[in-house]
Amino acid sequence: MLKRVAYYPGCSCEGMAIEYDQSVRALCYVLGIELVGIPDWNCCGSTPSHSYDPLLGAALAGRNLAIARSQGLDVVMTPCPSCLKALKTANQVFRERPSEFLDVLGMPFSGDVRAISVLQLLYEEIGPNLIQKAVKFPFKNKKIVPYYGCLLTRPPAFAQFDDPENPVSMDRLIEAAGAAVPDFPHKTECCGAALGITQRDVVMRLTGRILDMARAVGADALAVACPLCQQNLDLRQDQVNRALKENFNLPVLYITQIIGCALGIDRKTLGIEKLAVKTDALFQSA
Amino acid sequence: MRIGVFICQCGTNIAGTVDTRAVAKKAMEFPDVVFAVDYMYTCSEPGQKEIQDAISSHRLQGVVVAACSPRMHEPTFRRAVKKAGINPYMFEQANIREHCSWIGTDREANTRKAIDMVRMSVEKLRRNQALFSTQVAVNKRVLVIGGGVAGIQAALDCSDGGLEVVMVEREPSIGGKMAKLDKTFPTIDCSSCILGPKMVDVAQKENIRLYAYSEVEAISGYIGNFKVDIRKKATYVDWNACTGCGECTQKCPSKKAFDHFNEGLGATTAINIPFPQAIPKKARIDSDYCRYLTGGKCRVCEKICPVKAIRFDMKDEIVTEEVGAIIVASGYDLFDARVYGEYGGGRYPDVISAMQYERILSASGPYGGHIRRPSDGREPKEIVFISCVGSRDISVDRPYCSGICCMYIAKQAIMTRDHIPDSNCYVSYMDIRAPGKGYDEFIRRAQEEYGVKYIRGRVGRIYPRGDRLVVQGADTLLGVQVEIEADLVVLATGVECSAGARPLAEKLRISYDQHGFYMESHPKLRPVETNTAGVFLAGVCQGPKDIPASVGQGSAAASKVQALFSRDTIETDPQVAHVNENMCIGCGKCEQVCPFGAIRMKTLRDGSRKSEVLETVCQGCGLCNATCPNKAIQLRHSTDDQILAEINTLFD
Ligand SMILES: Cc1cc2nc3c(=O)[nH]c(=O)nc-3n(C[C@H](O)[C@H](O)[C@H](O)COP(=O)(O)OP(=O)(O)OC[C@H]3O[C@@H](n4cnc5c(N)ncnc54)[C@H](O)[C@@H]3O)c2cc1C
Ligand code: SF4
Ligand code: SF4
Repeated sequence: MLKRVAYYPGCSCEGMAIEYDQSVRALCYVLGIELVGIPDWNCCGSTPSHSYDPLLGAALAGRNLAIARSQGLDVVMTPCPSCLKALKTANQVFRERPSEFLDVLGMPFSGDVRAISVLQLLYEEIGPNLIQKAVKFPFKNKKIVPYYGCLLTRPPAFAQFDDPENPVSMDRLIEAAGAAVPDFPHKTECCGAALGITQRDVVMRLTGRILDMARAVGADALAVACPLCQQNLDLRQDQVNRALKENFNLPVLYITQIIGCALGIDRKTLGIEKLAVKTDALFQSA
Repeated sequence: MRIGVFICQCGTNIAGTVDTRAVAKKAMEFPDVVFAVDYMYTCSEPGQKEIQDAISSHRLQGVVVAACSPRMHEPTFRRAVKKAGINPYMFEQANIREHCSWIGTDREANTRKAIDMVRMSVEKLRRNQALFSTQVAVNKRVLVIGGGVAGIQAALDCSDGGLEVVMVEREPSIGGKMAKLDKTFPTIDCSSCILGPKMVDVAQKENIRLYAYSEVEAISGYIGNFKVDIRKKATYVDWNACTGCGECTQKCPSKKAFDHFNEGLGATTAINIPFPQAIPKKARIDSDYCRYLTGGKCRVCEKICPVKAIRFDMKDEIVTEEVGAIIVASGYDLFDARVYGEYGGGRYPDVISAMQYERILSASGPYGGHIRRPSDGREPKEIVFISCVGSRDISVDRPYCSGICCMYIAKQAIMTRDHIPDSNCYVSYMDIRAPGKGYDEFIRRAQEEYGVKYIRGRVGRIYPRGDRLVVQGADTLLGVQVEIEADLVVLATGVECSAGARPLAEKLRISYDQHGFYMESHPKLRPVETNTAGVFLAGVCQGPKDIPASVGQGSAAASKVQALFSRDTIETDPQVAHVNENMCIGCGKCEQVCPFGAIRMKTLRDGSRKSEVLETVCQGCGLCNATCPNKAIQLRHSTDDQILAEINTLFD
């Protein structure tokens, strides 16, 4: 099992998704995984850089891997699926176009630092069994559905994690936390992603579909592992209600918050109160 | 030795990037070469004539042809020189096409390389010896592996021609996939009505020996004389005694055994006869489900059986058969739909495979031929068929078209509309591929006469809503998204190689492609032969195809065997290992490495041990030659001297 990983929070975990960052740190602390900061880490490049120049994007992300390597670490963990994709792309571009990449990066790069998501860390390195053993406050009689979004398992050859169309890693982790997991057909349907800024009606429709299905299968809450998914489902839930004349009231928690609660970490530390849709009902025993 | 060299231009295939004239000119300088020329098509009739004329006019004793790969034309040229009076092994072929002109564009470098290759061949030829084949008797029995429709056709044709046939079938009954089908396209005739009589023929022909529930364990020997070990798997029923009365299946208390014949729809008993028309119609105990074999208690069938056929102590048995030729007809398997997580195959009971649907349609199927949903037994009204599930998709490593699905979907949709006139059938397709005789017309009938709704595009997701399934996809012709609430979804899972195809190929020493389908000797001109002499192919084991094509190949393979068996003897290949007894120290290393068991050790009168090659068994692989510490064992036509001469001349 991994004991020490470099931690790359990415920009959203410093802002919109600060509660994701808080819960990742608190959970890893309790699980005995040391998160080592990457000194002077920089933006992963995100969508603008690679749309402008793939080499620029790869080099921006690659710089973080290079610093981690110089700290003697060979695994970088990030909570954000977009950052994960950027970091993995750096390694791929290095393999495909080494000299150009090194030229832009301008620092030593070995290509052997592995990037993983926090979900991968929890599922593959720690595993549902260990987590289940550590659970003190299981979510009894609650139904929580996992929403994976588009990036965590795709494209399959690139992500190399879980089933691309019917992933089950979060399902197993939620079960370990003691909740029931109904079959959730929309677990990888699109949430509309960044279209919330340019074409909000699309996000309203797509996010609405996901919430509708969650309600239909009787969910008390949704679990997510992506800041953007969380934003669309949670922060925009009110907008969706207005746009679609609905009255969804479904809490949307990060998987790290769910496991953290089950492990007995206090809710404030996990940033639960920062969520837009209130979670009180979820924590009342039925 | 007087050597003649012939450089082929192969039209522009070689001459395009090799200066053949310069190669010929240079060849005249090589030792013993007395004649050299380049020619447009050396393999053509005038080309061969040119060689033969040169042999007589220049009194040639050996010939080098620099041309294409010897795989196709070495036999051609050997025959040509033999006709002109030279031993066929006083011939060498340099491959300056595949190994030279086709792989480089630098004319000068290619020409240099071609000259080197010719030089090597000349040096080898100078050390060649005349070799002579012997004649061995052909064992005129044929082994057919696989009892699907292709294997059945091959076996019956061979049997009609008076040959003795040994058929090995892995399952308890022959019939293969076709036995499970309801109707067959494009004529919608009943599958078991046309296959059944052929299956019965296999059982009744006196010259066909059927080993059902058996597999090929090992194969040795060579064309004309193969030895085959067959594993008869334990059925726990003495098939000589069993009459197929079925009493045991009535009383067996273990009623949840997996029903292979019905593709897992419904269950069967631990002791069962797979289906009413099974050949042989004998009972077998499924040891995974038998209460006695798993738990030590029951033996009900033993008490019931009127002829006392049950044998709980039965073990697998190995029998050996000798044959002169082998027809492989081991068929195919179907893609596992669970790979596509978005379709929910294996998770939602009403998302089924097309083969399961065949069983549902079939009167002998689990629902007696009434179309029902597996989940609740309700008659479905909205049925969606999805094509290319595991075909033409590189992301699941199935880049090829399965070739049959478009047609069987149309068939199943027609049958559905026939059974349930107020139903709606939708087909989600990428393209329609129906190139056979009467096939496109068949598709049009489905669309126009039966009103099956064809939607071009892919389905992206299937999920339950209430007790129905929402099928969500695209119509790429209209450019819109579609959502259909269906009662039943049928996935046209693609064709893939039969489980166990690769290990079987290794036993047969035949090659297979990257997807496990067996390689024919030539994709156009030798479609049912393999590169192992005496081994032939039929049916889907060679690549996806429908019943007419499978049957055609079955007959073709049978006719190849009959042509082979029309001679009483065949020539052996003299390119085999040979022991120089004076140098053999009797260490026995060669015996250990030979993969074909072609070497045995003998003791001479003076008590010394020497190795001996069984020339008819030796395949000429050369392993012993490379292993022998004393260079006592040499592969004829590829001796150490010859190979070293080829290499040395490169560095002179
Ligand atoms: C749903 C569906 C519907 C179809 N409908 C039609 C139709 O309407 N019309 C049509 O023309 N075609 C149809 N087909 C195609 C048809 O099934 C095949 O073309 C045909 O069955 C091929 O016959 P085969 O003998 O080559 O292979 P198979 O039928 O697969 O037979 C191979 C046999 O070899 C046995 N075997 C395998 N490995 C071994 C081994 N190692 N040792 C011994 N035995 C072995 C198997 O048990 C099997 O009995 C359909 C296919 C499907 C999936
Ligand atoms: S009862 Fe005996 S004879 Fe009848 S089918 Fe069963 S095993 Fe065969
Ligand atoms: S002994 Fe096995 S096969 Fe025979 S009746 Fe009992 S369970 Fe069935």
